[in-house]
Amino acid sequence: MPSPFILDRTSVTQVMAWVLAALLPGIAVYVWLFGPGILITLTLATATALAAEAAMLKMRGYPAKPFLTDLSAIVTAWLLALSLPALAPWWLIVTGTLFAIVVAKHLYGGLGQNIFNPAMVGYAVLIVSFPVQMTQWPGPLSLTDAPLTLAQSASVIFGGIPQATLDAVTMATPLDALRTGLLQQYTVDEIMTQPIFGYYGGIGFEWLAGAFLLGGLLLWALRIISWQVPLAFLAGIWLAAGFLHFFDAGRFGAPWFHLFSPAVMLGAFFIATDPVSGATTPRGKLVFGFGAGLLTIIIRTWGGYPDGVAFAILLMNLSVPLIDAWTQPRIYGEARRRDKEPPA
Amino acid sequence: MSRTLHTFKGGVHPPEHKAESNARPVHAAPLPRKLVIPLRQHIGNPAKPVVSVGERVLKGQLIGAADGYISAAVHASSSGTITAIGPALVPHASGLPDDCITIETDGLDEWITRTPLDYRALDPSELRMRLRDLGLAGLGGAAFPSAVKLDPGARHDCPTLILNGGECEPWITCDDVLMRQHADDILQGVAVMRHLLGSTEVIVGIEDNKPEAIAAMQAAAAKMDFATEVVAVPTIYPAGGAKQMVQTLTGKEVPSGKLSTDIGIQVFNVGTAYALARAVHRGEPLISRLVTVTGHVLRPQNVEALIGTPMQALIDVAGDRDGTTGVLMGGPMMGVPITNTGVPVIKATNCVLVKSRELFPPLPRALPCIRCTRCADACPAELQPQELFRFAKAGDFGRAQEYHLFDCIECGCCSYVCPSHIPLVDFYRYAKSEIWAREKEKRASDLARERHDFRQFRLEREKKEKAEKLAAKAKVKRAELAAAPAAEGAAAPSDADAKKALIAAALARAQAKKAEVAPKNVDHLPPEAQREIEEIEARRAKIREIAHQPLETDDKK
Repeated sequence: MPSPFILDRTSVTQVMAWVLAALLPGIAVYVWLFGPGILITLTLATATALAAEAAMLKMRGYPAKPFLTDLSAIVTAWLLALSLPALAPWWLIVTGTLFAIVVAKHLYGGLGQNIFNPAMVGYAVLIVSFPVQMTQWPGPLSLTDAPLTLAQSASVIFGGIPQATLDAVTMATPLDALRTGLLQQYTVDEIMTQPIFGYYGGIGFEWLAGAFLLGGLLLWALRIISWQVPLAFLAGIWLAAGFLHFFDAGRFGAPWFHLFSPAVMLGAFFIATDPVSGATTPRGKLVFGFGAGLLTIIIRTWGGYPDGVAFAILLMNLSVPLIDAWTQPRIYGEARRRDKEPPA
Repeated sequence: MSRTLHTFKGGVHPPEHKAESNARPVHAAPLPRKLVIPLRQHIGNPAKPVVSVGERVLKGQLIGAADGYISAAVHASSSGTITAIGPALVPHASGLPDDCITIETDGLDEWITRTPLDYRALDPSELRMRLRDLGLAGLGGAAFPSAVKLDPGARHDCPTLILNGGECEPWITCDDVLMRQHADDILQGVAVMRHLLGSTEVIVGIEDNKPEAIAAMQAAAAKMDFATEVVAVPTIYPAGGAKQMVQTLTGKEVPSGKLSTDIGIQVFNVGTAYALARAVHRGEPLISRLVTVTGHVLRPQNVEALIGTPMQALIDVAGDRDGTTGVLMGGPMMGVPITNTGVPVIKATNCVLVKSRELFPPLPRALPCIRCTRCADACPAELQPQELFRFAKAGDFGRAQEYHLFDCIECGCCSYVCPSHIPLVDFYRYAKSEIWAREKEKRASDLARERHDFRQFRLEREKKEKAEKLAAKAKVKRAELAAAPAAEGAAAPSDADAKKALIAAALARAQAKKAEVAPKNVDHLPPEAQREIEEIEARRAKIREIAHQPLETDDKK
């Protein structure tokens, strides 16, 4: 065996475990403000992901243990589950998770080889294929008359609840409300008077966003993620939304409203920071994050889907080889001024 | 200490493990019965043996002379008899044997006559040659011939001289202990270096985990007649790397692909300065050095060992233990695994590190790279190790070179931090050696092509020259032919006639030649031989006839 003969204590498993741990505040707030349905979704996604991972490893002839215990499949499952409506039908979650693990991860070569973020591929497939089921978001408990228990949530998720009852427990998200309102020619200020909107974002949603932010800051403090991607992502959101809002406050949502949505915080700290599918150079990370933030606002404003984080990140995933090649940092002892071609 | 320190990017801080070995007093290793002295202990050409088997040599006697400018001599570390000159096992990553001189010691340890050098009186280039012949090479690990480094080259001076007491590798303490005990001698060596390099500034950089060494060096520096700045640098691996030491102390970077002398800085290890002082002031060649023996041994310590002593002898001094899982030469970050502890201590041996399962647990299984870029954060050369790994693994060596593969100093920081436990440095070594091999191959094939092209050119040229010669000859002939009829007074012959005449002449010549080369051994045969030939010819004709109609004979039957 060649040098070095000693290793730092970190491992992939440890990194992934911290990512999962950092998601716990968000999950706790989710349960507290939106009911326990998300726990079922998370469990279902985890089980599906592990089963799919094990099956794919076996088919590809890889040893199951080191790859199942790296926890990467669970991270994908949780990120996807947290992006999906908590009351979505069970088959939606299973389909999305299967697609994420089987197609987006293993068909591209498994851990470390996927060019797209698997969770976001799963999400994109679902929103394109099943737009109706993707609206089954539980409303914030403070706005719901009869909050669902764990058993009731389970019966919603596993079917057997008529559409009428479903309508009573689900609610449009703040982003949906804004989109619908704008389409109906209301101004942003008029829309914001609806009960779903809170201080900055939606009632409950803003707290969820705060919890994801907290978990993200923990990851940064542990140096599991770098500061460049989240900061650039949030800056991209804030600048793009602020620019539009500045010119026409009536037609474009406020930058704080966009910033304090759970999807943005989850995207900025947990999804865009995925090292495998993201940029690797320091400047590249800034470009990657900023681009994703900018695209998120563009898709939210002019796109056909309620949210743009997933598509924005997937589009930036596509650009990573280019970004990395063009942002190679100066190395030790290299001339300061570089006017040569980048090693593309 | 007014110097503002700079930081280099990256680096790691593994457990230091210095306290194990730096507290015990230094002993000399016992004189071994057999010394094996490799001829190649330094970078450059191996030394050429100047002794023969059976010859008695004295301690310090030259046994291998430096071969060329980038080379260093080797000497007998003790008195005794030469018993072998040839391949023997040496401490090298390849595990391959190399040429060595083996001495059976006589226990007398009898010195040659040692003559100190008056370095101020000697011509600098003469002094450098003397140092080369005293076998001086860098003792920090690379073992580059010191005489070459003491040549300021085209710049004529090297204003800054840095003495490297970083010793950033975990476990190793030989430089620490040397500075504590021989600070004065080290600075005597520095005086010689200053003299040769024309340095005006001397800085000693020592990691701040060695306060005793710093204090000793400061005390010694106060006694010298030139200013020496002893600077404590932060303890972070690889602070003792030459480039990193330069950056920490001066804020300057050694340009990629250049030497520190190009920016007026030269760096020497403290051990080299000590060896230099001994060479100049006592006339002693480099035949021993301090070696840290540590790790899984009973009494980790530093040992003064003769070059050529088997490593096992050092391990025995420190107390061999059960449960050894391997031995390294050097530290855990950049050391070389030793497969046979009978290999000798060489000039580059700063540490013999004995491994055990507890101290060095087996490395876990490598997982795929997740591009987390911890390696890039840890890389002191500021490279993108994850990309280099990708290219090396894919065999895309051209791209690896574009991403500055050859700026990698193989410090091991990337492998150390990798959460996927990928032996990254190994991939870089592999890529580098592949590139070297290909370049060698390319050079060889270029040379072959050149030779072939030249041969083609030569053949072409010869053909052309021959043609020209023939043409010239033909012209002369034609002129002669033209002149002959003219002299006879006949009608001027046409060009065609001249040509015809030429052809006729050529034909005649050819026939004459043919007649000349016709077989001559059947010309004047005696009658018996002639008869025999005729008989043979007749038999042949008969056989030929039979061969022509075998089917007919079959039908008749």
